[in-house]
Amino acid sequence: MIFKSPTRLAYQVSAGPTTERFLRGILERRILGLRCPECTKVYVPPRGSCPTCAAPCHEEVELPHTGTVTTFCVVNIPFEGQLLEPPYACAHVVLDGADVPILHLVGGCDVSKVHMGLRVVAEWSEEPTPTLASIRYFKPLDPL
Amino acid sequence: MRLARAIHVCGFAELPPVELDHRSEAELVQAVTALALADAGMQRGDIGFTCSGSSDYVMGRPFSFVMALDGVGAWPPIRESHVEMDGAWALYEAFIRLQHGDVDTALVYAFGKSSLGALADVLALQLDPYTLAPLGVTHEVLAGLQVQALRDRGVEASLEGAEHRDGAAAICLRVGGEGPRIAAIDHRIDAHDPGLRELTRVPSAELAARACGTEGVEIAHLHAQWAHEEVLLREALGLSCETRSSRMADVPMVSGLANIGRAAQAVRDGVPRALAHAAQGPMLQQNLVCILEAA
Repeated sequence: MIFKSPTRLAYQVSAGPTTERFLRGILERRILGLRCPECTKVYVPPRGSCPTCAAPCHEEVELPHTGTVTTFCVVNIPFEGQLLEPPYACAHVVLDGADVPILHLVGGCDVSKVHMGLRVVAEWSEEPTPTLASIRYFKPLDPL
Repeated sequence: MRLARAIHVCGFAELPPVELDHRSEAELVQAVTALALADAGMQRGDIGFTCSGSSDYVMGRPFSFVMALDGVGAWPPIRESHVEMDGAWALYEAFIRLQHGDVDTALVYAFGKSSLGALADVLALQLDPYTLAPLGVTHEVLAGLQVQALRDRGVEASLEGAEHRDGAAAICLRVGGEGPRIAAIDHRIDAHDPGLRELTRVPSAELAARACGTEGVEIAHLHAQWAHEEVLLREALGLSCETRSSRMADVPMVSGLANIGRAAQAVRDGVPRALAHAAQGPMLQQNLVCILEAA
């Protein structure tokens, strides 16, 4: 017997001071990381605490919109709830000056030509919202 | 209680429970664990085992317990574990882990927020999805049944609930040394179906108290969600001493661990023997008892 009983929970979640500062930056097309005072690594998106040193991070670092693809995968398979039309490329992009990658899309090019080490730049949406979807994707800095 | 190794509470901290704390789990955990380590005179590198208690459903986001690890410095990976329970049960796991003999220190922390607004609904999801939840049964409904059962027994009782807060707590444990010693710790659970229980007793609390031995306790910190539960607990734990309840500033997933810290603090302040209690589930379904004594 299958018993359908949808469960819903409603929350009022606040992003927290660190994430809020980051998202307010995104609204202004600025990418703001935080530097750990002990190991000096720059984290983006920042979480407020260094995962290696457990030190609170307060020094804000504005990052350029350029970076390097360190790994990627091309999604060719359709699935339920898919937001994008395959094929598309998901990638880790390490922004210049950051020490951890952000997971995002690589677009604006033939995805079969995406490769590790590809230099990319953020392509912003017309009207940014307080989410990382305000960057539509990262596109190659130079034509492929 | 026969133990291979004596475990001492060497550090404790709690963030003052507040109505609304905007900080993320990583920020709460970073703040509270730094305070507990400072209280113990320890560094993060001194910790052999880390264990946490929290609930992703309470926090309203998946893998909240993993995100919290950013607050303790878990990279490169550390020996670490988590229970989807009040932090008092994380302390129980750490206590057992320290009995193994290969690590001598542990850090236990818990965090929770009630300000997200879903606590009563989250707790209702603990109930049977076929026979109870569709009827609109909640923890409050069950507490009401228990109040009525007490009245029928001739006990004065009314339905007075907890004030819920946001917060975090952390405790450092060490094998040997100074600081309040965990003389005994035990936890037991009653049947899931409330119909299987005699509502005016708490058998699991009675068993945990008997396993620990509560004689000679001078102060007890109780974890109750309803006023009548405090009455039931005094009876189940066999207490005639001063009791304090975390009910009016209850932090989900945290109050039980904080009670262990508060009992340890009482011992530090000169009380020879103190009791800490933690509970989970509706109508005091699951109970943990911890006895702290002067080292």
